[in-house]
Amino acid sequence: MSRITFPFGPQHPVLPEGIQLSLTCEDEKVVEVRPVIGYMHRGIEKAAERNPYPNNVFLCERICGICSFIHALSYCQLVEELMKVEVPPRARYLRVVWSELSRMHSHLLWLGLLADSFGFESLFMQCWRARETVLDILEMTTGQRVIQSSCIVGGVRRDINADQARQVREMLNKVKTEIDAVLPVFQKDYTIKARTVGKGVLPKGQAWTLGAVGPMLRASGWAWDCRSLGYAAYGELGFEPVVENGGDSYARTMVRARELVQSYELVLRALDSMPEGELAVKVKGAPPAGEAIMRTEQPRGELFEYARGNGTQQLERLKIRTPTFANLPALLAMLPGCEIADVPVIVLSIDPCIACTER
Amino acid sequence: MGLVAKARVKSPWIVHYCCSSCNGCDIEILACLTPLYDVERFGVLNIGNPKHADLLVVTGPVNKRNVRVLENIYNQMPAPKLVMAVGACACTGGVFHNCYNILGGIDKVIPVNVYVPGCAARPEAIIDGVVLALDKLSKIK
Repeated sequence: MSRITFPFGPQHPVLPEGIQLSLTCEDEKVVEVRPVIGYMHRGIEKAAERNPYPNNVFLCERICGICSFIHALSYCQLVEELMKVEVPPRARYLRVVWSELSRMHSHLLWLGLLADSFGFESLFMQCWRARETVLDILEMTTGQRVIQSSCIVGGVRRDINADQARQVREMLNKVKTEIDAVLPVFQKDYTIKARTVGKGVLPKGQAWTLGAVGPMLRASGWAWDCRSLGYAAYGELGFEPVVENGGDSYARTMVRARELVQSYELVLRALDSMPEGELAVKVKGAPPAGEAIMRTEQPRGELFEYARGNGTQQLERLKIRTPTFANLPALLAMLPGCEIADVPVIVLSIDPCIACTER
Repeated sequence: MGLVAKARVKSPWIVHYCCSSCNGCDIEILACLTPLYDVERFGVLNIGNPKHADLLVVTGPVNKRNVRVLENIYNQMPAPKLVMAVGACACTGGVFHNCYNILGGIDKVIPVNVYVPGCAARPEAIIDGVVLALDKLSKIK
């Protein structure tokens, strides 16, 4: 059988972002995949070395517009760890609220894109309609829809007062009603099962050895979630990772669907048990000479950050390892052997964020 | 206005390319297509093929790697064509203006007709930009 190699991307209707997968096919079967990257590289890590450390929050937020709050949160926690800053309890709870709202909008966005990838357009629209209410909540509480800029080193910039908290609860209940209408379709619909069950299988052992993170790892049977480390207020809120055992695209869909409901509950619990008090402490001085690491859980998986200070206002080094970067080897292992028609679904099932990956 | 020109303004087809944006503007462009904003009611259709498109919507700054891709997409579009730069990065380079891999706003590479400001640009602003572009399109004979 003769082989043919063709490009998937960098401009492709399924992928909103620029990455190229060079697919080698025999007939309709994919036999080899080679990723061609660099289309989204900006050089944020280097730019971060030039800015004073408080300004980097806004640069880090723009690594990715979808999980922007959690990028800001990770960077702030990293610098706080380096400078030994204690964050007020109310700020830690508010950070959980916005993190989980970000996760909700990211997962709804992903569920919609997945439905779109196999042509289920009305489901795509329904998911995105539910997402708009989450964005309304974010806009009401932080002032922006997608890039919130509400996290700073030492705490947060905005508060959610009692009146807003009541409105947030009402709006979340509306979201929950819409989610409850959408999720059974993902769980039971025949066409969705036909397109996802058994597609892109990642066995438990392989998921671990290839270093997959986040929903990828949890869909392959590992209870591994950085929120279990108890950063921000997760330790006090009680958190259990969502685990599925299928290892295929369907299991990954189910993990994200269940996490959506879990995030909804976490937001409500955080709003209920939020203590009164300060929003931020004043951070003085510069990061001392030394190193720190921070691990947080993004919607796409574990985000790892490393920083080295040298006593000046600038960081000497900032290293960011994003979840999609860790998931790419697993994607390359899943694709060979699948049909061309399944490539979009399998690529989307890792929830690729190329803007994160290439920074 | 001739029949073809009239039809073009009635239903412009857009092709979206993400240069090296942070995704913030991209998801806002997608949000424009979904029920709350729903630009499809104005006949705006998002398609993947640049050869079918009247309007190129670009997000993010140009970097050294994707400059060739952007030029390719632009050159593949049939005239008359318009380019819309969405977001601060696409307009000027924005927060990434001093990154080593960034050339700047997309007007360094291809001519831009409409600039939509914002970081991230709001869906309302993007729709406003499309309307502006349509106004320019209607003046092309």
